[in-house]
Amino acid sequence: MLKQLEEIKSTALQELEDISSIKELKSWPVRYLGKKSELTKILRSLSTLPLNERKNVGAYANKVKVNLENSLDQKEQVLREAELAASAKRKVIDITLPSRPFPTGHLHPITQTLYEICDIFVSMGFQVVEGPEVEWDYYNFEALNIPKEHPARDTMSTSWIDCENESGERPMLLRTHTTSVTARIIETMQPPIRVVEPGKVYRYEASDATHTPMFYQIDGLAVDKGITMADVKGTLYEFARRFFGEDRKVRFRCDYFPFVEPGIEMAIECLVCRGAGCRLCGNSGWIEILGAGMTHPQVLERGGLDPEIYTSFAFGMGIDRLPMLRYGIDDIRLFYSSDIRFLRQF
Amino acid sequence: MKVPLKWLQEYIDITLPATDLANRLTMAGIEVGGIQVVGGNWQNIVVGQIVAINPHPNADRLTLPTIDLGTERHTVVTGAPNIKVGDKVAFAYVGAQLIDGHTGQLSRLKSAKIRGVVSNGMACSEKELGISDSHEGIMLLPSEAPLGAPLADYLGDVIFDLEITPNRPDCLSIIGIARDVAALTGQGLHLPEISYEESASHIGQQISIEIVAPDLCSRYCASLITGVKIAESPKWMQQRLLACGMRPINNIVDVTNYVMLEHGQPLHAFDYNRIGSKEIIVRRAADNETIVTLDGIERILSGDMLVIADKERAVAIAGVMGGANSEVSEETTSILLESANFNPASIHYTGRTLRLPSEACMRFERGIRPELTLPALKRATQLIIRLAGGEAANGLVDEYPGKLDRAPILLSTSQVTRVLGVEFSLDQIVGVLTSLGFACKTSDSKSEVSVTSPYWRSDIHQAVDLIEEVARITGYDKIPDTMLSQPLPKQNPEPIINLKKKVRRSLTSYAFQEVITYSLTSLEMLNRLLPEPHPLEPMPIRVANPMTADQEYLRPNLRANLLTILCANRRYEDGGIRLFELGRVYLPRQQDLPEETEVLCGILSGPRLVKSWHSGGDLLDFFDAKGVMEGLLSQLGVEASFEEGSDESLHPSKQAALVIAGNRLGVIGELHHKVRQAFEVYEPVYLFEIDLTALLPFTTSYKMFQPIPRFPATVRDLALVINTGITHKRVQDIIKGFPLVNQVAIFDVYAGEQVPPDKKSLAYRITFQSTTHTLTDEEVNRVQRQILDKLSSELGATLRG
Ligand SMILES: [Zn+2]
Repeated sequence: MLKQLEEIKSTALQELEDISSIKELKSWPVRYLGKKSELTKILRSLSTLPLNERKNVGAYANKVKVNLENSLDQKEQVLREAELAASAKRKVIDITLPSRPFPTGHLHPITQTLYEICDIFVSMGFQVVEGPEVEWDYYNFEALNIPKEHPARDTMSTSWIDCENESGERPMLLRTHTTSVTARIIETMQPPIRVVEPGKVYRYEASDATHTPMFYQIDGLAVDKGITMADVKGTLYEFARRFFGEDRKVRFRCDYFPFVEPGIEMAIECLVCRGAGCRLCGNSGWIEILGAGMTHPQVLERGGLDPEIYTSFAFGMGIDRLPMLRYGIDDIRLFYSSDIRFLRQF
Repeated sequence: MKVPLKWLQEYIDITLPATDLANRLTMAGIEVGGIQVVGGNWQNIVVGQIVAINPHPNADRLTLPTIDLGTERHTVVTGAPNIKVGDKVAFAYVGAQLIDGHTGQLSRLKSAKIRGVVSNGMACSEKELGISDSHEGIMLLPSEAPLGAPLADYLGDVIFDLEITPNRPDCLSIIGIARDVAALTGQGLHLPEISYEESASHIGQQISIEIVAPDLCSRYCASLITGVKIAESPKWMQQRLLACGMRPINNIVDVTNYVMLEHGQPLHAFDYNRIGSKEIIVRRAADNETIVTLDGIERILSGDMLVIADKERAVAIAGVMGGANSEVSEETTSILLESANFNPASIHYTGRTLRLPSEACMRFERGIRPELTLPALKRATQLIIRLAGGEAANGLVDEYPGKLDRAPILLSTSQVTRVLGVEFSLDQIVGVLTSLGFACKTSDSKSEVSVTSPYWRSDIHQAVDLIEEVARITGYDKIPDTMLSQPLPKQNPEPIINLKKKVRRSLTSYAFQEVITYSLTSLEMLNRLLPEPHPLEPMPIRVANPMTADQEYLRPNLRANLLTILCANRRYEDGGIRLFELGRVYLPRQQDLPEETEVLCGILSGPRLVKSWHSGGDLLDFFDAKGVMEGLLSQLGVEASFEEGSDESLHPSKQAALVIAGNRLGVIGELHHKVRQAFEVYEPVYLFEIDLTALLPFTTSYKMFQPIPRFPATVRDLALVINTGITHKRVQDIIKGFPLVNQVAIFDVYAGEQVPPDKKSLAYRITFQSTTHTLTDEEVNRVQRQILDKLSSELGATLRG
C-alpha cells in the first residue's frame, strides 16, 4: 500500500512538472486529488485496514495529499506569473503618446493674487469689505483731505460721470483708488476695525505697457486704541514676508499721502537685481509696493471717530504689479486683453 | 526738481558721497529719482585759451588755432567760425572720450590729419561734451575759467532729479533742500547775504498796489529798479538754469527764474514803463476778458481767475503767466519786480483750465508761505542790480491783507510715543525740530515743548505733522516692527464676497476660464446685442470725459465684452472655448450712485472635449450650458427651474429663463444668430447669465445630510409614446409625485418613423426605493401601474409597444 502511494506521488509530480499552461492544469487535481482519484480511494479505504497498518498508511497518505496540494499551488503560481508576463508583452502601449486631456478652468491671475492677499490679511484678523466703483467725489477725495484744486488730484486723473448737480459740478466719478472705501468704513463702522478693501479702480489715462484705464487695488484700515506706526510696519512687513518670501528685504521710507500722517512707502528689494540696480527698478534696487501711514486725525474726525481716543493706520497698494513682478509679465494690458493663451498659463 | 550738487554746496557742506546723500534724502521723503553725472567721462579734457589763429594752408573754411594750456601749447584744426584770440575753450587731448557730432555715439579722439595738417587734440562743442545738442560752434567758457584745469573739476557736476511730494513746496528750491540736508547730516547752512544800495526816491511815489481780491492774493510785494541794461545773463547762471531744465532768456528773466529755483518763490518782472497808470491792481478777471500771454497766445479768462492789472488792462495772469503787453524786452530800462502770494486753489484752477502748467504754478498751487515773498524779492533785486546795473528805488511795496498769526503747536513726548510706538526723549525731539529750523520753547515740563514752524514750512498744522518730522529725520528703520496686539475685532463677512468666491471656484471646476474685462464700453458694442435695432432702455451711464470712443459708457451687462473676446480668441483657438466673467454691471438710478449688481456671465462654443488623437468632434450645446447652471445652483443649494425665456439676444426657441422662487434671475440659451454675427462669430454660441446679487438670498450656506439608502433599489424602464408638445418636465413631475419613486432619469428621446407623426417616444428609468424595507415586485408593480394610469389620463401617454 505504501509503495502504491509512492507511485501515485511520483507519477503525479512528474505529470505536474510537464504541464505548461493553466488550462492543462485544470484536469490534474481531478485526476490526483479528486473524488475518484487513487489517493482519495486509498484514504476512504483506510477504515478497512488492520489497525497497525491503518495508522502508517493513513499518515503517509495524508502526507502525500498535502505534498500534492502544495505542489499544485506552486505550479499554479509559476504558470500565472508566466502568463501575465506573456500577456504584458502582447498588450504593450506607447506611453509617450499624449494623454486624453481633461478640460481645465483657471481663475484670472489678478483674482488669484487678490485672494492670496486677502487670505494673508484675514489671517491677521482683517475682514474683506467692498464698496461702490462709481463713487461720490466726497468719499474719493474730500473725505480724504483732497479738496477741490488740491495738487494730489493731478496725480489721479479722474473719469467723471456725465451728471451735474444744481451748482453745475460733477459729483460722481469712477473711484480712482479703493481708499474711498476706507472713507466709507470710517463713517459706518465702529472700532475696533480691521478691514481690507479690494476692488477695481479707474483713471483717465491712455493704455500703455504699464498703464490701463482700469486696474485693481487693495486698501486696508485698522482703527483701535493704541495702534502705532510700529504696528503699520509690523503688519506690512508680515504681509511682505508672506507674499514675497522670507529673505526679501523690505524698506520703509517717508512719503506723502493726504489722508495719512505720518506717511510711509514700503519697497521691497528688486526681484531681478536684488538691490544692485537694473532697468526694472530704475537702478534704485528697490521696488515700491505700497503707501501707508497713520490715518490723518482729520480723516477720522470727519468720519465721526475721535482721534483723541483712537489711532488708526491705513495702507493701499496696486494689485496688478504683483503678478507682473512675480511672473515676469512686462505688459499690464495682457491682464485685460483676455487672450486665453495668456490666461491659461496661471 | 533738478538739483545740481555744486549749487547745493553753496549753501551746505556736503560730506557724504552723492549716492549716500541720495539715499538719506530718499528715506526722508525727498525721493531721488535719478542721479546724473555731468562730465563723468571728461578725462583728458582741460581748460585752454586761444592765443593765435592761423589760416589753414589748404582750406579756406578751416583755421589753425593755437591753444595755451598753461604749461604747453597745441595747434589744432577747426572749422568753427565762432572763435577769436583770447577765448577760453575746452581742449580735448588725443584719447579723450567725446560724443561724435554726427552719430551721437561716444568715441575716443584720435590724432587726425585734416587736409594735410595734423590736429593733435581738438576744441570741443557742447554736443561733443554731452552738455547740449549745440554743434554749431566751439563751446566758449567764461573768462574766469582756470587755465589748464581739468574741465570735470570746473564744469562737471552731479545733478539729483528729485520727486517732491505736494506737501513740500519749500523743497522746490535749492535752499529748501539744503535745509533738509542740514537736518539729516548735521552740517551748518550758509545762505547768501542779501544787501544792495537803494536810491533816494521812494518806491511808494512811483507805484501803488491795490489788492481787490484779498481772498486770492494774501500778499503782494514789489521792488523797482531803474536804469537796467538788458543783456544775456552770465554763463554760470545760464548753466545752472539749463541744468535745472530752464531756458535762459535775458539777465532779468533769468534772475527771476534763478531766485525761484534758489528760494522757491516765483517772481515776475514787468517792464515798469509799460504799466500805464503806475498802479498795480490785483483783481478777478472779467468773464471773457482776454490777455495775450508771453507765449503770444490770446487767453480767454473767466471771473474765477486772478489777474494783475493796471487801470486799463490786465498785464499778467497772476501766478500763471505774464502778459505780452508788459514783457521785459531789449528796450526795457526799468523793472517792476513782483513777489506775491496767491491762493493755491485759484492758481491750480487757472493753470488747469488754461492748460498752462508752469514752474511758478506748481509752487503756488502747493501753498507756499507769504513770508517767503520778501527774502526772495530782495535777493532778486540784488542780483538784477549786480547783473543788469541800475538802481533800486528806496524801500519796497508790501500789501499783506492775508497776514495770519500762527499759534505754536504743543507737542509732548507721550504724543510722539502714541503715534510712533517708540519713545523719544524731549531732547531728541527738540534736536530734530531745531535742526529743521523750528523754534522750540520748552517750559518747566520735561515732557512738552511749544513749537513754531519756520516761515518757509507750509505743511505743519498739528502735532502729527511734527511727529512725522521726528520720524523721517530719525529714520523709519529706528521704529520697531510690531504686530497688532489688540483683541481681534468681530468678523461680519459680507455674504456676497463669499458667494462670488464660491461661484468662481465652481466655474473653474467646470473648465471655465475666468476673464476680467473693462467696465467701460460703447453704445456701438451694446447695440450689437440687439437683433433688431431699438433705443437702449434704460440708457447706460455715460462718462463725461471718455478717453476713447469705445470706453464711453458703463456696461449694463457683461455680454458684449465676452463676445468680443470670443471673437478675438477664435483667431487662434479652434478647440472648445468656455469663458466666464463675474463682475459688476452699472444701472442708473435717479439722483444717486448707480446700482452696481454682481453678475455672472459665461459663454461656451466649439468642441466639448479637447481635440486629441483619442477623440473629439462633439460640439458644446445648450445642455452643456444647462449642466453648468444646474451644477452651480446645486452647489449653492438653490432650488431653481427653467421656464420659457424671452431674451431678445438669444435664439427665440432655444432659450430658457432661470426661475427661482418665482423670480427670473438668469437666462440660458443659444445666442441669436444675428447677434453672434454682429460680433463676427460664425458658430453656435451658448450663454448663461445669473444676477448674483439677486440670487444671494436664495442660496443656502449648507445643505442637510441625506442618509445613504439601507435597502436595495428596484429599477424599471418605461418607454412612453406621447404628444410632441408635452415637455419632459411634465412627465417627470408626475412620476416624481408618486411614493417610493426615488429617481427619474430620461435616457432616450425619439421622434421618427417608429412612432406616429405628432408623437414622440420618451424612455425613463425609474428607481424605486424604500427607506424602511426591501421592496417586493408586487409593491413596485402597483406603483408602476398607478404611474401609467396617471400619465395616460393626464397626458395621454401610452406604453410603447
Ligand atoms: Zn532691479
